[in-house]
Amino acid sequence: MAAVDVRGLRKSYGGQEAVRGITFALAEGEVFCLLGPNGAGKTTTIEILEGYRTRDAGDVSVLGLDPQRRDRALRERIGVVLQHSESWANVTVTETLRIFAGYYRRPRDVDEVVALVGLDAKRDARVKTLSGGQKRRLDLALALVGDPDLIFLDEPTTGFDPQARRNAWELVRGLRALGKTILLTTHYLDEAQQLADRVAVLRDGVIVSEGTPSELMASSRTEIRYRENGAVKVIATDEPTRLLHELTSRAVAEGRELEELEVRRSSLEDVYLDLLDDTPE
Amino acid sequence: MSLFAHQVRADQLIFWRGRESAVFVFLFPVLLFLLLSTVYSGEFEGRPLTDYLVPSLITYGVANTTFGGLAIMLVIRREAGVLKRIRATPLPAATFLGATLCSTLLVFSLQAVAIMLLGRLLYDWHFPAEWPSLLLGFALGALCFAGMGFGAAALIRSAEGASAVVNVLVLPMAFLSGGFGPTRDFPQFLQTIADLLPLTYLVEIVQAAVYDGEPIWEEPVAVLVLLAWGVAGSLIAWRRFGWEPRER
Repeated sequence: MAAVDVRGLRKSYGGQEAVRGITFALAEGEVFCLLGPNGAGKTTTIEILEGYRTRDAGDVSVLGLDPQRRDRALRERIGVVLQHSESWANVTVTETLRIFAGYYRRPRDVDEVVALVGLDAKRDARVKTLSGGQKRRLDLALALVGDPDLIFLDEPTTGFDPQARRNAWELVRGLRALGKTILLTTHYLDEAQQLADRVAVLRDGVIVSEGTPSELMASSRTEIRYRENGAVKVIATDEPTRLLHELTSRAVAEGRELEELEVRRSSLEDVYLDLLDDTPE
Repeated sequence: MSLFAHQVRADQLIFWRGRESAVFVFLFPVLLFLLLSTVYSGEFEGRPLTDYLVPSLITYGVANTTFGGLAIMLVIRREAGVLKRIRATPLPAATFLGATLCSTLLVFSLQAVAIMLLGRLLYDWHFPAEWPSLLLGFALGALCFAGMGFGAAALIRSAEGASAVVNVLVLPMAFLSGGFGPTRDFPQFLQTIADLLPLTYLVEIVQAAVYDGEPIWEEPVAVLVLLAWGVAGSLIAWRRFGWEPRER
């Protein structure tokens, strides 16, 4: 059974359709990424799956249950990291974790969770003394303390410096190794590429592309660049061999040089930007 | 340990660790009692003024702690995203809200005991003959003002606004209702305003017990007005209370 199954999901806010009929599924143990710019509908989608919002249309199943019924049994089995949320400033890391552990029937050992997110050195520090990155680790620890099967991470590294992002990525890889199913949203392409088994690119509430990072790459085209009469020309093509032959034959025939000639495969980033720019409404 | 007891313990830990909340919510009424007892002396209605000040400052504590403190705490937690986070855990909403109420009533009870003890030790205060009605009045007042506190939390939009709104309501109300001293000599228009405020009726119940030896059921109008305020606040909370930050 799929850990998460979403079919034809729709959601509007005051006439504005934020999610316009999206379909995707997560297998157990899979890391799935919703990738897209701000306002694409990522947070709306994830918050429907977390049980915060009701949907307007479509079928949603999370661990076999309907999240908008808000069953306690479902909340026992999911862990949620929200985009913005604080905890109590004057309580220590382990005290906070003990409070949350008490909400679950079978919580993980608090010391184990502290170690898992690398907060050992700060275990008895009050939350207000933690750095931004350490607070985010605590967020993750709070999502893990119930020993969930499925973890939702909404933009887990937004606002991180590069080192903190790398650390966060290591944590997510660690969770994956524990066999957890993970749904994450991000607007960073490299994050999706680094972490996800599969990626769905979301734009204006619609999935415009879905697949493994390498499948997305497979749709990438080759770019030929050169300079002609002082201006840089860039041609994107699916048939680089033929096009290059034409260009070079003509140049040789005319006895001129294709200045600064360069042939390169466009990056995943270009593919992503193409998807966001060119897809018709 | 039951989930409810777990959450009450957690709320107590969080409350006493937050120095601002502990000082403002718990200590402030106690300090005001000491201050007013020091500056005012003499008698009121043939009894030492302490007989007036001990129960009155406890009614101020009701408004300050079970209404103001509760509302501010809930709004701050909501705007910080704490409530939203808790909403994703298995902790049932009713358990969370019940524990919040219980924890607040616990803080108020300690505060009332502190004021009574200080009154006893410093000014030889004694329980009046009609002491059960005095305690019943405090309990009724605490519950009704907590209901209003939940309602206010549902209406206040921002964490920054919460303490401003609450203080603008609570301090003048306590002053006009007689929480800080007798209002007999106040001009008529202030007494008219006071008649609109719920705390006036709690003070009335308490003073009737102390000065007239009247049990609480001899004050049905005051009891009903208080209950009406409490129910109205709870209904607003029922309709409007939100778990997610309003401002973001």
